Amino acid sequence: MASLARRNLFHDKVRFAVTLTGIVFSVVLTSIQLGLFIGFTTATSNIIDNSRADLWVTSKELTHIENGLPFSERKLYQVLATPGVESAQKQIIQFGSWKRSNGAVESITLVGFNLDGVMGGPWNIISGSIQNLKTADAIIIDELYRDKLGVTHLGQTVEIGGYRARVVGFTRNIRTFTTAPPVFSSFKNAQNYGGLREDQTVYILVKARAGVDIKELKKELISRLRDVDVYTTAEFSRKQKFYWMFGTGAGFTVLIAALLGFLVGVVVVAQTLYAATVDHIREYGTLKAMGASNGYLYRVIIKQATISGLIGYAVGMAISLIPIYISQRGTTAIILPWQMGFGLLVLTLLMCIGASLVSINKVTQIDPAMVFKG
Amino acid sequence: MQTAISVQNLTKIYSSGEAAVLAIDGVNLNVNSGEVVLLMGPSGSGKTTLLSIMGCILRPTSGSVRICNREVTGLSEKELPKVRLDHIGFVFQAFNLFPTLTAGENVELALDLKGISSKESRRLATGLIEQVGLKDKYNVFPSNLSGGQKQRVAIARALAGNPDIILADEPTAALDSHSGLSVMKMLHNLAHKGGRAVVIVSHDNRTLEFADRIVNIEDGKILKEHIPSIARMRKGTLPKRTEIANTIVG
Ligand SMILES: Nc1ncnc2c1ncn2[C@@H]1O[C@H](COP(=O)(O)OP(=O)(O)O)[C@@H](O)[C@H]1O
Ligand SMILES: [Mg+2]
Repeated sequence: MASLARRNLFHDKVRFAVTLTGIVFSVVLTSIQLGLFIGFTTATSNIIDNSRADLWVTSKELTHIENGLPFSERKLYQVLATPGVESAQKQIIQFGSWKRSNGAVESITLVGFNLDGVMGGPWNIISGSIQNLKTADAIIIDELYRDKLGVTHLGQTVEIGGYRARVVGFTRNIRTFTTAPPVFSSFKNAQNYGGLREDQTVYILVKARAGVDIKELKKELISRLRDVDVYTTAEFSRKQKFYWMFGTGAGFTVLIAALLGFLVGVVVVAQTLYAATVDHIREYGTLKAMGASNGYLYRVIIKQATISGLIGYAVGMAISLIPIYISQRGTTAIILPWQMGFGLLVLTLLMCIGASLVSINKVTQIDPAMVFKG
Repeated sequence: MQTAISVQNLTKIYSSGEAAVLAIDGVNLNVNSGEVVLLMGPSGSGKTTLLSIMGCILRPTSGSVRICNREVTGLSEKELPKVRLDHIGFVFQAFNLFPTLTAGENVELALDLKGISSKESRRLATGLIEQVGLKDKYNVFPSNLSGGQKQRVAIARALAGNPDIILADEPTAALDSHSGLSVMKMLHNLAHKGGRAVVIVSHDNRTLEFADRIVNIEDGKILKEHIPSIARMRKGTLPKRTEIANTIVG
């Protein structure tokens, strides 16, 4: 049986093109914005999520990782003396300033860690190694930010916080959400770059012994340490994401753009499907006169919505994949996990079917007696 | 002879706000299987209203409607379409074909409505299109058919699912006399050879010769009912019948 839904849909090519444009626009905008949201969210907590730590000891009431306050390194020994702690190490993460060779100053994120430890260092190293950081003034940066930081070659020297720094390696795809690129160095170097006193640290990373309950260990640490907070890595990551995404409104902006894209899709699809329904109203009346149930007519309309949705989604996704692909080589990654792509398909179909409700309402009201009118 | 449609004490009042129109005023009428009944009368006399009520498309204000011995006046909005689907085929003045479907597919759609599988629909539709003499037009879209051909497709569609009753509202009004004649012959044969009850609304005098009974309506009332002489002749002498309509194709 030739499908009336399909035939009617493809019959008016201009209208069908408008419908598709609406859906494609909606799919592209929604997927890119959601992808940006996930990309941003991932970038905010990158360094926390890849720290391999179980627990973080931080200054009190901190709002995000870049503004931790320094505290005395004596706390490290208290942590190490706590039962259940396998290892603990000092860590610096804070903003710093980088002077390019041409004198321009860039904001950076200093990441200072214990080179002999097991936590808090860079990953995805593509040239050089952590061992190279042991040489004087050594730093590792991410290749994504080479241009921004004015780094042309390994071994290049720059100035951070008034101290000399030399690039000894590169990582790949370690992004920060703030425009301040990550700069990895030994804890000692980072102390200098960040202007900290020798007995100060900003964080303490804690690894629990195998089999130790992390929540219990957290409670134990809280009871032993004064004037600090303790977070599990998951909690700290969530806090960091939430701060940047919703504390600053950055997340709202992208989510609202996604929502707008979605709404535009709903409006365009509802409008064009409705116009198509009105155009074919006599046919629907005839079908009713012939004995078609309302359900039969709904199926015709829902089928039109579904076909439009599927085609629009396929085209929209194909278009979205281009910027998604390109962004993988840039400082702002658009990340669209397959689950979200699938969710967007479901959402697109719901959007189209939802938009067809206006038309469904219209055919419900058709009086089949209209067929005898001239 | 079986009564396919029976309406009794039928009234229909259209009311829109203050104004009310008494469109049907106490009509009693039976239509038998195998019979062609012609409804005639001036414009606005209530012919279409009566046809719509007999077709279970419109509810009467009062009175009773029986379709194939089943009282339908009390049926719900869900049950009425089913009565139309099972018993009634419609033919319209403006054909009401689906412009995006081919001639054959128009018929297939009617079969699909009745829940017939697509393979079987195709087979049956091919037969029906052949029956109305449009064998080579199966894949042609309505826009490329003449008025007469369109109406023949519409008849094939009305026949889909083999209904007991065919209701036609001014089926020849939009056709030239030659096509009108062939459509009337076809409708005539559906009653006389197919045993269906056929009701035709018309004010085209050329259709008179195909009627077994003529019902004249004015102001919503049946003014008179008569059997035309040619029909009396057919009853008496069988050979005349084949003279009028020897094939369904005409
Ligand atoms: N939907 C309607 N609402 C109000 N009045 C109607 C409606 N349909 C028909 N009428 C009126 O009912 C009367 C009979 O109409 P109709 O059955 O269409 O007559 P015919 O088919 O004989 O021309 C006319 O006076 C017409 O104006
Ligand atoms: Mg009329």
